[in-house]
Amino acid sequence: MTPSPSGAAFPAALPDAAGSRLVHLAGLDVGYLRHRAVRPAVIGLDLTVDAGEVVAIVGESGSGKTTTANAIIGLLPANGRITAGSATVDGIETAGASERQLRSLRGSVVGFIPQDPMVGLNPTRRVGAQIGEAVRLRGIAGPAVRTEVLELLDQAGVPDPSLRARQYPHELSGGLRQRALIATALAGRPKLIIADEPTSALDVTVQKRILDHLGGLVRDQGIALLIITHDLAVAADRADRVIVMQHGRKVEEGAPGEILTAPRRRYTRQLISAAPRLAHGGRIVPRFDVRDQATPEPVLVLEGVGKTFGRGFRALDDVSVTVPRGRTHALVGESGCGKTTTLRIALGLENPTSGSVRLGGTDIAGLSWRRMRPLRRTVQLVHQDPFATLDPKFTIGQSITEPLVSFRIGDRRSRAARARELLDQVGLPPAYLDRLPTELSGGQRQRVAIARALALRPDLLLLDEPVSALDVLVQEQILQLLADLQSALGLSYLFVSHDLAVVAEVAHTVSVMSEGRVVESGPVAQVFTSPRTACTRELIDAIPGRKAPATDAA
Amino acid sequence: MARYLVGRIGQAVVVLWAAFTLTFAILYLLPSDPLELQLAAAGIQQDSLTPGQLAALRAQFGLDQSILAQYWDHLIGALHGDFGVSLSQGVPVTDLIGRRIGPTLLLSVSAAVVALIAGSVLAYVATFVRWNPLRVFLTRLPALGASFPQFFVALFLIQFFSFQLGWFPATGSEGAASLVMPVLTIAVLASSVLAQVLIKSFDETLRQPYVMTARAKGLSRTAVHLKHAFRNAALPAMTILGVIVGLTVTSAIVVETVFTREGVGKLAQESVLSQDVPVVLAVVTIAAAVFVVVNLIVDLLYPLLDPRISHTREVVVV
Repeated sequence: MTPSPSGAAFPAALPDAAGSRLVHLAGLDVGYLRHRAVRPAVIGLDLTVDAGEVVAIVGESGSGKTTTANAIIGLLPANGRITAGSATVDGIETAGASERQLRSLRGSVVGFIPQDPMVGLNPTRRVGAQIGEAVRLRGIAGPAVRTEVLELLDQAGVPDPSLRARQYPHELSGGLRQRALIATALAGRPKLIIADEPTSALDVTVQKRILDHLGGLVRDQGIALLIITHDLAVAADRADRVIVMQHGRKVEEGAPGEILTAPRRRYTRQLISAAPRLAHGGRIVPRFDVRDQATPEPVLVLEGVGKTFGRGFRALDDVSVTVPRGRTHALVGESGCGKTTTLRIALGLENPTSGSVRLGGTDIAGLSWRRMRPLRRTVQLVHQDPFATLDPKFTIGQSITEPLVSFRIGDRRSRAARARELLDQVGLPPAYLDRLPTELSGGQRQRVAIARALALRPDLLLLDEPVSALDVLVQEQILQLLADLQSALGLSYLFVSHDLAVVAEVAHTVSVMSEGRVVESGPVAQVFTSPRTACTRELIDAIPGRKAPATDAA
Repeated sequence: MARYLVGRIGQAVVVLWAAFTLTFAILYLLPSDPLELQLAAAGIQQDSLTPGQLAALRAQFGLDQSILAQYWDHLIGALHGDFGVSLSQGVPVTDLIGRRIGPTLLLSVSAAVVALIAGSVLAYVATFVRWNPLRVFLTRLPALGASFPQFFVALFLIQFFSFQLGWFPATGSEGAASLVMPVLTIAVLASSVLAQVLIKSFDETLRQPYVMTARAKGLSRTAVHLKHAFRNAALPAMTILGVIVGLTVTSAIVVETVFTREGVGKLAQESVLSQDVPVVLAVVTIAAAVFVVVNLIVDLLYPLLDPRISHTREVVVV
């Protein structure tokens, strides 16, 4: 697909209508200076946001969506340059503006909610003080600051504001930190709030609650909202207008209804099909239906597993999970529900306090490290974050063959041959053997992590949120890869996720966990279509894309 | 907290003991006869004494005992604050050091304070200025400061400020004026080491998302730098505070020698040359004690600066 010349496919933006136009980007080019050359990140972008409007920019990593947001608040990195065009915010031209002019916009005209709430707050200062700073900038002083901080926290949906204001960020959960950041953005009484992937680091249920809350706040206070996201479903649920960006250019713009029913670009169609709910017109259609099929023999059986940490903290209580051979069993639930502990016990990294763990017929609960080691070959783990699980100093070939070296399998030549075979299985060319992780994209790294997990020819892969750090399009590719590998190699998967949209795409059976217990389990087709517990219903309801117009062809 | 403190003090005692033992072992493995050195210092020919007299002297200084017994005597003595008698001067080591520790302490503490302020200011300014040539210059400056040998810096200062300008005395330990150049000499190195770590830490901190959040609030660059970046950047730099203080102590040896100041540093240098074992042992033990105490203080200060660190035991939650 060849992108059209800048803006030609879209009508030129209307002239400013009496102060209601907050953001007006016209032919904006932004680039990053590297090695004395400017690498373009945003090319010829036209974009407007009017007062009270909710606009979403959708695109994958590298599409220029975050650069656009940073350009609007004048916070491009030191090597970022606006090379052409204009970016007017509330009537002030920010291209080439002085720091003083930009400061007058930040906070008071444009509020900003950063991507990752875990690192968005200063760890060494109290939450209340950090919000108070923004309040003081409006000229408020004395005890009135504290009153307003508590009010803002309350507005952002933080329970017990006076306690939370006294605490440090690390004492708050991710969801509460995100709410504190929303309070910070509100503190300057802005006309526009920019939310950069505001909740992708959070659980889907928390994400939905926070986005709903934020949506309500901006509507009530008449604040315009610019959402930056990689997930078209999230955008479509909330925005009045959606802008799709790819490779720094705008490729599509329109109301969500228009874009979803009549996408003009192939790229937009890909984004739609990558969001399960959008693809099926707001419904969830599980890929597999095993309701009427015989269950194969189990590979992994956890029976009545309990785990108590420290002084009586019950992480797991009577958890029973079965993974049938050649199938995918999903463990779903919010953070802290015990998914990860269950996974660690299944992997033999943690001993259960009670219950049994049978792996291919052997009870591994309480096995010594030495006795456990041969069994480790049959179970392998793929982590959530492909950026952190590959040794940056190892080449891809070294990473993939490390399990072989560690179990003393084969010689140098047979290992190299196996590494090429594995790369081929995960859809990467053999030339990647000598590359370093930094040269690969997130999706490619996750492919390498899968190849490494397959090196010892395991029966069972434990997949810990394997796609939640990836863009939707890449997610879809990795899920497809996992499905292909399963049918080619007869693998069994235990798939841990908080995202039911993903689970609907890969799993045959599912266990829903809450507070250390399994509250519901069975075939995905049954649990997702007729959930029995409120907990499951909430998880299903949180899958974005519910506002998608119903289509007949699903 | 109390449990943590007891543990840390226990560790400190072990470190001190190890430093003492290692120094003892090295000194006593040197191929020399302590008695011979002592007689030479007193101007007595060893040949002029009868074997009987020599044996009596050996017994008097405890040199006829086994190495282990001698080690034990020294260790017990040191625990009581008694490091024995100087071989070359015949004076109790404690008196010898007691008379000289004041000027050295003054020198070290002043140098550490100057280094702390200069290093922090340099790092702060170097990461704050936006004019690139100045930024590059200031960022590279610490590497230059850390690479000049101290005796060279000292000689340069003497040449310039004493011989040419005549502002400060070149030698001696009388009055505040005599302190200026020795303090500067040590501070150049110590502040450079600190600034190097702090600049790197600042650069990293300024890339953190919460700095972006702070700037997006509309705070000025000064406010962001001072209120959000500085404290977070200082945390990793805290670790080398112990190294900095240790540096000022070891630097005292070079500086006191070059500026002919009376102090523990100069004493240490002379004692090593004359193989005055008890004095060297005492100086090393005291230096190690300073180092251990400073590090302990730094570790206890950490939770005050970083709320995420707590020395109280936490319930393990996975």
